[in-house]
Parts: sequence; structure tokens; C-alpha cells
Amino acid sequence: MTDLLRTPLYPLHVARGGRMVPFGGWEMPIQYTSILEEHRAVRERAGVFDVSHMGEFEITGKDAAAFLDRLVTNWPSTLGDGEVLYTPMTLPSGGCVDDLLVYRFGREIFWLVVNAATAPKDLAWVDRQAKAFGGDVKIVDLSSGVGEIAFQGPLAQEVLGRLTTFDLASIGHFEVARGVDVDGCTVTISRTGYTGEDGFEIYARPEDASSLFEAILKAGRGDGVLPCGLGARDSLRFEACLPLYGQEISEDITPLEAGLGIFVKWDKGAFIGKEALLSQKEKGPSRRLAGLELDERAVPRPHYPVLHEGQAVGSVTSGMISPTLGRPLALALVRADLTSPGTPMAVRVREKEIPAHVVKRPFYRRENRK
Amino acid sequence: MNVPDGLLYTEDHEWIRVEGTKGRVGITDFAQDQLGDVVFVELPELGRRLTRKDVFGVVESVKSMSDLYSPVDGTVTATNPALADHPELVNQDPYGEGWMVEVELGENGTSGLLTAGEYQKMTAAGGH
Repeated sequence: MTDLLRTPLYPLHVARGGRMVPFGGWEMPIQYTSILEEHRAVRERAGVFDVSHMGEFEITGKDAAAFLDRLVTNWPSTLGDGEVLYTPMTLPSGGCVDDLLVYRFGREIFWLVVNAATAPKDLAWVDRQAKAFGGDVKIVDLSSGVGEIAFQGPLAQEVLGRLTTFDLASIGHFEVARGVDVDGCTVTISRTGYTGEDGFEIYARPEDASSLFEAILKAGRGDGVLPCGLGARDSLRFEACLPLYGQEISEDITPLEAGLGIFVKWDKGAFIGKEALLSQKEKGPSRRLAGLELDERAVPRPHYPVLHEGQAVGSVTSGMISPTLGRPLALALVRADLTSPGTPMAVRVREKEIPAHVVKRPFYRRENRK
Repeated sequence: MNVPDGLLYTEDHEWIRVEGTKGRVGITDFAQDQLGDVVFVELPELGRRLTRKDVFGVVESVKSMSDLYSPVDGTVTATNPALADHPELVNQDPYGEGWMVEVELGENGTSGLLTAGEYQKMTAAGGH
């Protein structure tokens, strides 16, 4: 095994009985007690995750906003201070280098928060594109100096509110506040997440991350707040149909194929991948992401073939028996003309063809969205 | 880790409880713990003839799946009907309510299986 990286919370995970597994070059807890229990905690109460393996790059300079408009498909220069957006970052081919969040802290100060497994590749890509772009753009990899904790679930605001005098309600969906004091630590907090629930992502100094994680658990002990691993993070994001890099999107899958067209802004001028994506849009992609429900109990897993009238028409990108809904569901890249809800399909699970049909995405949407 | 005496075990983490000419088969506490939350168990048809080490089913947890290997030669006489709606019984009670199949033992009986002590030693040594 190659050397795995560890987050500042590694000792805490081990002390709390986290089952450590390799993920994207990092040694991370997949669960502490049970993926299903942790999943339920986030849907019904709240759960806290170590996501310090994510990468953070700071992009500064007079031309930073213009550079970002060229780098990604969404429109970072439309952000105001304290606003956040989600975006794919594409190759000239239209395939995805990664998907990420862009934070704006000032007219010339941005952060990119990228996936752990792709962070080194992303940094090289962003650096190279910045050089090609020219102008006043500086890129600094902050990753090793930032601990990140996600605190997600309907009780997240109430519980986190016990640790700060800051008015958390003033942070809107996809907004961020800096310099917030939480339990004596100065942190950056955004109302963002990867679970389909309300909640926060908290960026802290690495040396504060463990005490913050424990402080949140302590503040939420009476409410059944649990520490959660990557297993629940995956099942939660799956139900909410949030893409996972390497499964729903990759260098071979475009945002249009992955159903992320609303994050591609055609009116903003040139960006990397625009020509390829525009041509794909005009012709219509030959495959698209669809939600499937299996009509019998089985576990659809990535790469299982998807069939329509006996013909192979695609494959599963993610799938599981949904912990919240109790039904076997899958995301699958399939022939583009077969994505209307109700379309009959089948998924080959080992030697069996399990009947299935297309259903609407997302599978799960929380009530009372803010 | 719970490894009851009186049962026999395989290197693949199945157990068998023999009573007369029949044996009831499941997976061990160690196995269920390694798998995590079990969400689906695929079991064989009644009457299927098994040879020792045949794959007789599959147990799927949230994150992984694992083949089930027959500890003995024999014929499937029953499968646990409760697992269809309650696969979590495999986690909650691996040696009881979480049993998987019952087989009529073939000629070779229970040869080649591990005792509780031997199985415990194997898993303690970091067995797969």
C-alpha cells in the first residue's frame, strides 16, 4: 500500500473506533458504528464529518475573477462577497477535471474547494491555465493549512448556535462568513454541504479541527448528533443525487451528460470546454444520467450494465438500497432517448436481469428548504 | 468477538450448526462486523445440491458484497424467510435469527471444518 495521508482528526477517528479505509489517497473513517445509523442521524437530527481531505486553493489578484470565468463552466464573477457557487471544471473536450465550490471573500480573493482524490491534478491544471491566461492571478494551495468539518442535518444550526454568539441564520444557502468564533476557534463557515440536508461546512486551523469536532458532538449529545464517516456521506449524497467525481462525472463525462447543464453558463464569454460543450448541446448528448428504481430488491452497484428491451444501453454509476426510502435506486448513464420517467429498463445484477424503470431525480429532497 | 462453541466454522467465515443429518448455516460475528450493515442476502433455491466451497449466495452490505461458501456437501432444505424483509438480522443475531440456509448433509459430513478455537485463532491472526 502506498503511503496514505492523514487529516488532523486521524487520532480522533481512531480513538472513536472509526473504521479507517483508503479513500483518494487518504486514510479516512468509512463509519464509526453503522453507516445506516449515521445516515439516519443526518436525515433526522445532525451528523458531523471530517472532510479535511478536501483541497482548498486561494486564487487572488486583479484578474482572478476573469480567470475563474474562463477556468470553470459556472460564472464566478457574478458572485458577491460572501457568496459561494458550485461548478464543474472542464477540459477542452468538455469532460470534467473536477467539480468544486468557488467562494468569493473579496473582489480579488477567491477560494476553490476541490475533491481530495483530484486535488493534486486540479492544482497542476489550475496553475497551468493561470499561466496560459496571464494577467494578475496568484494561486496558493492552502490545503495542508486548513481543517474542514461538515456539520449537516436539520438540527445543525440549532446545535452549532450553542457554540457561538454569531447569528448563523444570517448565513444564507450558499453563503459564507469569515472570522466567526465557534467555541473559541476562529473559523470560516458556509451554508453548504453534500448530504441534501441543511448544514454547514466549517474551515478551521488544523490544530483546532479536533477540538471543534468534539465540541460539536458534545453540544449535540442530547440531540443524538453522531460522528459520521464517508459511507454515510456517500449514501446521503446519493439520495440527493449530488454527483461523485469518478462516478457520475469524470474526464470522460461532460456536465451536460451528467445533468449539470444549469451550471454551464453560455452567455459569459469564452471558457475552457465551451466549443465542445456547445457542439454537444446542439447535437444533443448521446447519453445522459438517469435515475432508476429497481422493481425487485437487489443492490445495483457501479458498472452494472443497464438494459432496455434486451439491449445494453448504459451502466450504473452509483446505486444502493436507499436508506431513507428503503428502495433499490441507481444513477446510471444511459442512452439519452431513454431518460423519461417510467421508461422500462433492467439492471444486470450478477447473472440476473432485474426489471427497473426510470424515476425522477433527486430521489430525496428535504422538506422546508431554506 | 463472539465465536460460540459447538458450531463448526470455515476459513471464509461461515458457521454450521449440525443437528442429526441437517446443518444450519450462517456467517460469523466477525464476518458481519467486517461487512457492516447488511442490506440484502441472496439465497439459493430449495433442493439445490451444494458441494463444499460452492458459492451458495451473496451477502451485500451498504459498502460491499461477499460470496457465501457452503461449508459442506449437501442439499438445501430451507432458507431463512425473515432475511428478505430483515437482512439486518445478520448483524443483530448472526448465530440465531440471522441464519441463512439449512442443508441435508451429504456423505462427507463435516470434514475439513474448523472448531471454535481454531476459527478464533485464525481471525486473531488476521485471517482474511
